[in-house]
Amino acid sequence: MSINSKAAPVSFRNVTKVYGTDVVAVDDINLEIEAGKLVTLLGPSGCGKTTTLRMIAGLEMATKGSIHIGDRDVTLLPATDRDVSMVFQSYALFPHMSVMENVSYGLGFSGFDKSETKDRAAQGLDLVGLRGYGDRLPSELSGGQQQRVAVARALVLEPQVLLFDEPLSNLDAKLRRQVREEIRDIQQNLGLTVVYVTHDQEEALAVSDEIVVMRNASIAQIGSPRDLYDAPADRFVADFIGEANIIPCEITSVSKDVATIKIDAFTHKLPARGLPVGPAALAVRPTRLKLGAKTGMKMTLQKATYVGSRMEYTLKAGFGEVFAVSEDVDTPLEPGADIMVGLDAIGPVLLPPDQSH
Amino acid sequence: MRTLTTEQTTHPVLIFWIIAGWVGFFLLPWYGVEDFFTFEWLIDGYPFDEDYAPAAFLIGQGEKLWLTPMFLGLLLPLLALGRRKTDPIYAKLLIAAGAIGFGWLILQGFTIGIRGWNFEWAKALFGELGDRQFGMGYGALICASAFLFLFTQGIAARGAINGDVFVVSAIGGVVVIVTAFVFFPIAKMLTAAFITEDGGYSAGVFASKFFDDRLWGLGCLSGGRCGVAWNSLFLAVLVGLITTVLGLIFALVVTRSGFRYKRALRALTVLPIITPPFVIGLALILLFGLSGSVTVFFSDMFGIQPTRWLYGLPGILIAQTLAFTPIAFLVLIGVVEGVSPSMEEAAQTLRASKWQVFKTVSLPLMRPGLANAFLLGFIESMADFGNPLVLGGNYDVLSTEIFFAIVGAQYDQGKAAVLAMVLLCFTLGAFYAQRFWLGKKSYTTVSGKGDSGVHPHMPRALSIPVLAMAMIWAAFTMVVYVMIFYGSVVELWGVNNTLTLKHYVTAFSFRIEDSGIRWSGAAWDSFWTTLKIAAIAAPLTAIVGLITAYLLTRQTFAGKNAFEFGTMLSFAIPGTVIGVSYILAFNVPPVEITGTGIILVVSFIFRNMPVGVRAGIASMSQLDKSLDESSLTLGANSWQTFRRIILPLLRPAILAALVYSFVRAMTAISAVIFLVSAEYDMATSYIIGRVENNDYGLAIAYSTTLIFVMLSVVALMQFIVGRTEIGRRMTQSRTNT
Ligand SMILES: Nc1ncnc2c1ncn2[C@@H]1O[C@H](COP(=O)(O)OP(=O)(O)OP(=O)(O)O)[C@@H](O)[C@H]1O
Ligand SMILES: [Mg+2]
Repeated sequence: MSINSKAAPVSFRNVTKVYGTDVVAVDDINLEIEAGKLVTLLGPSGCGKTTTLRMIAGLEMATKGSIHIGDRDVTLLPATDRDVSMVFQSYALFPHMSVMENVSYGLGFSGFDKSETKDRAAQGLDLVGLRGYGDRLPSELSGGQQQRVAVARALVLEPQVLLFDEPLSNLDAKLRRQVREEIRDIQQNLGLTVVYVTHDQEEALAVSDEIVVMRNASIAQIGSPRDLYDAPADRFVADFIGEANIIPCEITSVSKDVATIKIDAFTHKLPARGLPVGPAALAVRPTRLKLGAKTGMKMTLQKATYVGSRMEYTLKAGFGEVFAVSEDVDTPLEPGADIMVGLDAIGPVLLPPDQSH
Repeated sequence: MRTLTTEQTTHPVLIFWIIAGWVGFFLLPWYGVEDFFTFEWLIDGYPFDEDYAPAAFLIGQGEKLWLTPMFLGLLLPLLALGRRKTDPIYAKLLIAAGAIGFGWLILQGFTIGIRGWNFEWAKALFGELGDRQFGMGYGALICASAFLFLFTQGIAARGAINGDVFVVSAIGGVVVIVTAFVFFPIAKMLTAAFITEDGGYSAGVFASKFFDDRLWGLGCLSGGRCGVAWNSLFLAVLVGLITTVLGLIFALVVTRSGFRYKRALRALTVLPIITPPFVIGLALILLFGLSGSVTVFFSDMFGIQPTRWLYGLPGILIAQTLAFTPIAFLVLIGVVEGVSPSMEEAAQTLRASKWQVFKTVSLPLMRPGLANAFLLGFIESMADFGNPLVLGGNYDVLSTEIFFAIVGAQYDQGKAAVLAMVLLCFTLGAFYAQRFWLGKKSYTTVSGKGDSGVHPHMPRALSIPVLAMAMIWAAFTMVVYVMIFYGSVVELWGVNNTLTLKHYVTAFSFRIEDSGIRWSGAAWDSFWTTLKIAAIAAPLTAIVGLITAYLLTRQTFAGKNAFEFGTMLSFAIPGTVIGVSYILAFNVPPVEITGTGIILVVSFIFRNMPVGVRAGIASMSQLDKSLDESSLTLGANSWQTFRRIILPLLRPAILAALVYSFVRAMTAISAVIFLVSAEYDMATSYIIGRVENNDYGLAIAYSTTLIFVMLSVVALMQFIVGRTEIGRRMTQSRTNT
């Protein structure tokens, strides 16, 4: 006997959550989460991530729409009856129970007998590297250890879905990286379905199979880390995931979904992504700018910063400031110089023009 | 894999209540049986005798045929067996069964009484009944519960509160018992305010009583006497403030100082709680009265003319302060201990000095506790009647006025009712003021993260005056208690001071005979009754109180505000009113329990429940909600969460509720004095009887004994309930040096 996975997919169909009478925390979202995948909910504060998560757990009930876990409609099921475990930001370890009792707690309600409960709890603690800590009280553990107890407590139930609400926000940077890798390892080894809330984009990129970027109670984009990074759907996503320079441009012609764009005097060809001729925006990652290219946009170098592994540059152009990164640390450019900045063949993507302008 | 309650087709809870209903209908005597638990009725004609027969046997013999429709309520739920909860028919069946059964039970209970039809219109409609019925008994009670909980299960199955049977049933249960034992008697009592002498109703009667100058006069501003309403209000505000401050002082000394005799101090603060009312008043008279020891001492030494200064506001104020500070202490100790040390530690690291930490973090976090303590002191003072009775002099207050309106020569129920309404307005006003002051801030401080800090000590500038105050209070309390004890072992206070044990012998003598022990002392009867009733009432009070607190802090449901209001209402009603209203409401069917022990137990539960509720709310609002939520996501249902997470973390609150309700049940007087009967005499009313006969020695000896008994019970409960291991790294707070 060992800890397995009963991973199941989760699906949201037109789900809306309204608190009280007028606080719309989640607005008509559709979401399919595949079994055995780790999906992150990412977005700025207050965009409805926690609410979405709590609706999966059954701690909040959807106001409209339906939620399915596996092949069952769980929309009306309370938390107790859902096969879902959750790791809380505050860990929520029961302070009056030992670590072992905490981990065994849920097993007691799942019809395991005493010895099986004990075995499983011990295995859970093993899995998170806390063998031998069973008799301690939560208050006698470090923050990271408490966190792992919370994970073990949820894992041993072999839930269909495991939920994490900002599980790392109480940990220091180094531990964060370590614990997030542990979580990812466990998830992949056991093939768990995990839904994970964070507002740290680096964390999201590092652990996820798929990222759901949320904005103002709705979903801005869903995709793999790579998709989101390389092909953000709009300026919000481009800005939120990694850093991006947003450069206003003009699409002069489109043929076979290849657009020719014009920025001042510079022209460039790239996938049109369905955009028509007219004003648009170009999102370029700092690494995708070619400094000192033969053809490009004319810019003035304002600031150069050496950060060890690379150089960081701030450049001034007619449309505003641009941030660029170069691997070449041995021959840095001098501030004040006028240079041509070109674009990499892949990387830069076209976005619809900024709605706010 | 989790077992899904929604897909089960066997429902243990449903089966339990169906069986309960059938037992109540077919096996237990339907009407009230005296001395039920001697089970003599079993061999005395049961099940056919009309007095002892279960409902089914009555109907079978062609009697009380109006009980028949209830059988329908017992049949319907059988059809729900084997269905899924999600099946709409399941919910409909149970709701119908519960509503029919419960509704009919209430309806027939109120329309048919000891003289047949209770209402003229019923007689006009159906003609003479030619039969009658008495108060309901255990059969009816069990049936009513079964109908109620069938109904709540139906409501839950329809999806209320996420289909949570425990929560819906708890709400239903609390609503029904509070309605039956708080609203119903009070409503009955208040209608008395509008009843004229010849039995009609009139608002004029009410107005003339309400606007009486004796109530609202402002004579004291110009040297005369003020109305009793103002007197009560002024006294209650003073007592509320003073007891809150003193309670806080004690809580601070016990939790946040290096003071060495904390345990002794703690014990001392508990003493007044376990002291019957008016005993403190008596002791004050022994000390400061006209021939009191202190008065005599001063007049001998300094030639100070003895005065009656004690009788009036000063005396009542001192006595109530002594009596109610411990209540404030009990409330505040939980709160002071509950403030998460990491908050204070955080503030310290933010460059706040100890004093600033205390002022800006600790004290504000204690706000709910302070507000609760004030409210308790205020209401206790309003409701207290023992001390004003003994020490009041010319300072009349509402509670004594009510008492005399009922027992005095006037026997004016209407006046008592009007006074009670005034009292109620004050206490409700205080209740809302407290709400307003607390606002919507969250005071949660025990989070689910193991909290590993320790409480810092009080700043020195604070600890010195606080300790000094505590010591003075302690010394004074000690003197009062020495006087009580001394008074119990002298022949006749102030007249003959020879030491004697004769009062104890009179009260508590016993002989060992062949047939066992013979309790020959005069006090034994009331003593055993008191112990028994208090022991039954205490756990019931704690259960009802904590479940209510749980519902109020952890659940949201329609009508929650009204619910809270209702549960708190009984607290705002002085015992005197409870006593009178219970007599009015419960001496006729359908609930006919005057003269039994049950009415005493019930009155204690609803007198003391709010304390359990308050204690529970104060500590539950300090438990982070994520603890419950994680328990729920781990597969526990709300009942299991309540039992395994909330209850263990609430042990201090449970202890407080248990101790408090037990002790109050043993020392209460104001409601009791109306509700005792020859068979069920309580210690306090026995003692009052002795006092009325000027038998002070016996009265004080009995009181002293009670104090010792309660001390041991409190110690025992503390031992049983144990201390919660919240898991702070050290239970002791850091030393100052
Ligand atoms: N119990 C509640 N009552 C009313 N409004 C609420 C409640 N809980 C959340 N909200 C509101 O719903 C919105 C979404 O809240 P939610 O907690 O889901 O945000 P979040 O994305 O988790 O934010 P964060 O990253 O800051 O945790 C917010 O505007 C919040 O103010
Ligand atoms: Mg959140």
